[in-house]
Amino acid sequence: MDDDRVFKALADPTRRLLLDRLFERDGRTLTELESELEMTRFGVMKHLRLLEDAGLVVTRKAGRAKLHYLNPVPIRQIYERWIDKYTEHRVSALAELKTQLEAG
Amino acid sequence: MTTVTEIQTTQVYQVFIKATPEQIWEGITNPEFTKKYFYGSSIESSFEVGAPYLSLAGDRSQTLVDGEVLEADPPNRLQVTWRALYDPETAAEPHSRVTWEIEPQDGGFTRVTVVHDQLEESLKTAESVSGGWSYVLSGLKTLLETGKPLAG
Repeated sequence: MDDDRVFKALADPTRRLLLDRLFERDGRTLTELESELEMTRFGVMKHLRLLEDAGLVVTRKAGRAKLHYLNPVPIRQIYERWIDKYTEHRVSALAELKTQLEAG
Repeated sequence: MTTVTEIQTTQVYQVFIKATPEQIWEGITNPEFTKKYFYGSSIESSFEVGAPYLSLAGDRSQTLVDGEVLEADPPNRLQVTWRALYDPETAAEPHSRVTWEIEPQDGGFTRVTVVHDQLEESLKTAESVSGGWSYVLSGLKTLLETGKPLAG
């Protein structure tokens, strides 16, 4: 999955809300998700589709129902690519500053 | 509306990896690979139905996970039972179930899906593995695509 699709999918408050709803309770149908949002069924479907294309939501069939699951792996990959790298430097810079000040 | 997060008793994780299904199978069944991304653990199993499925600590001093092979269809599907022994609370719970689905896609990619379910009676385990699978699948992807384990 490319980062662009993940960032675009995350750059919308409704889609972030949908992810939070799935984080609270995973494996939900469109009908369940729709009932909590002030939005048409079509609108919710469209947002879920974008989340699915970005790999953030995975659907599974359970009998006749289509269940939506939050897939956190792309977020983990963004974390490793964008957060770990920069915060590690910050933390080590702060640790170095602390050492220097304490050695005073 | 509740803001309390329920413990998820079916968990689904998915990643696309630029590798063949055979390479993925090797990555999840060969201890030389699992050591590099699966919390340093060696997976030990003959991968025959009914055989034990074990995850051993790096120095082999401890069994981290025990289970049994329920289904093995290389390189497409592996299903095992799963009990985490690294924590006394999870060790006291019944076995849950982990399914690996490996499906070839266009462009040399393979879709890897892990479903961890049957966690209804194993809520501590459900809680304990919920961050871990993202780390493991991300590590498997990095290892197979770059040949290097994740830093740190």
